[in-house]
Amino acid sequence: MTIITTVVKVGIADLQVAQVPNTLKTSGLGSCVGVVIYEQKVAGLAHVMLPDSTASKKSIVNEMKYADTSIDLLLEQLLTEGVCKSKLKAKIAGGAHMFSFQSDNNMLKIGQRNVEAVLAKLKEHKIPVIAQDVGGNKGRTIEFNIETGMLEVRTVNSGVMQI
Amino acid sequence: MANMENLSQQHLDVLKEVGNIGAGNAATALSSLLGKKIDMSVPSIQIVDFNELMEYVGGPEQIIVSVFLRIQGEAPGSMFFVLSPEEATSLVEQLTGTSGDDIGENDLAISAISEIGNILSGSYLSALSDFTSINLQPTVPNVTIDMAAAILMQGLLEISQESDYAIIIDTMIEEEEQSNESVKGHFFLLPDPDSFDEIFKALGVEEL
Repeated sequence: MTIITTVVKVGIADLQVAQVPNTLKTSGLGSCVGVVIYEQKVAGLAHVMLPDSTASKKSIVNEMKYADTSIDLLLEQLLTEGVCKSKLKAKIAGGAHMFSFQSDNNMLKIGQRNVEAVLAKLKEHKIPVIAQDVGGNKGRTIEFNIETGMLEVRTVNSGVMQI
Repeated sequence: MANMENLSQQHLDVLKEVGNIGAGNAATALSSLLGKKIDMSVPSIQIVDFNELMEYVGGPEQIIVSVFLRIQGEAPGSMFFVLSPEEATSLVEQLTGTSGDDIGENDLAISAISEIGNILSGSYLSALSDFTSINLQPTVPNVTIDMAAAILMQGLLEISQESDYAIIIDTMIEEEEQSNESVKGHFFLLPDPDSFDEIFKALGVEEL
């Protein structure tokens, strides 16, 4: 029997849910944060861009773009897959600070704010964060293997690691 | 904020001209730096969502050398001068006469790229500022070598608060006679949403 594994790709300000034996992948996280929420056989991945939907200047927002709304939405989708909420765990990566210059512009510290917002939202839902690779000044591509529960983090200069 | 659905051909032509003026000046500056003739393509205007933008530059994981700066003043925005690592290496070699290899680990190379970015973006912006009579100042440029999505998204943060689309004014400059050592780079001008009205107003075009 051949098992066909598909890589489910998640774009910027996007989210997807997948089952074993598939993997979930999102590419080129900078200040954005990749949030994986998983159980034994099901996992979801959100590519969060901004911390707070209420700060949006527009009334119609893309809910997948913000930490607060995106994690709610991802959880909702996972629950319709029949997961047990108390068994869910999370792994996160990203939230880098790509540029080194000093500025009063708050948007340049967005990576850190994204991480804080994601952690606060996960805490609110009582989902434990098992592993994280955040901050620094590097881009990250992440791929989550639902079968093993391992998150692979690839960077240009610091190689590949599993968390 | 400018509604992209309302952009007319005239608006697009104005934005192209903005790219023409800015990048033309930068091409002249690069030409005198290198002592070579530098050509400039007709600017293109892309209205793309963030994921499309990444495909436009060769995919989110494409490694790019970028000089990034924020434009401050009456029409704020972001600006990128983007090269491939090979092109950046070649540019450094032509300018300094020393090897531009291992560009990420090479302080001299990074410093040279930063200086080129400074000169080129400065001449781009000053031409734009003269042309539009809009007061624009660049921040100190920042050189980053990493995945395209990780770098470019940082320049899109202001836009992302209001929209899922960006209007990119892209101009390519390259050496006139293609050789093994040809230089090729892209200027991306990404005005913040509110800046479009400012630009159109300054140039006497009907506002959106």
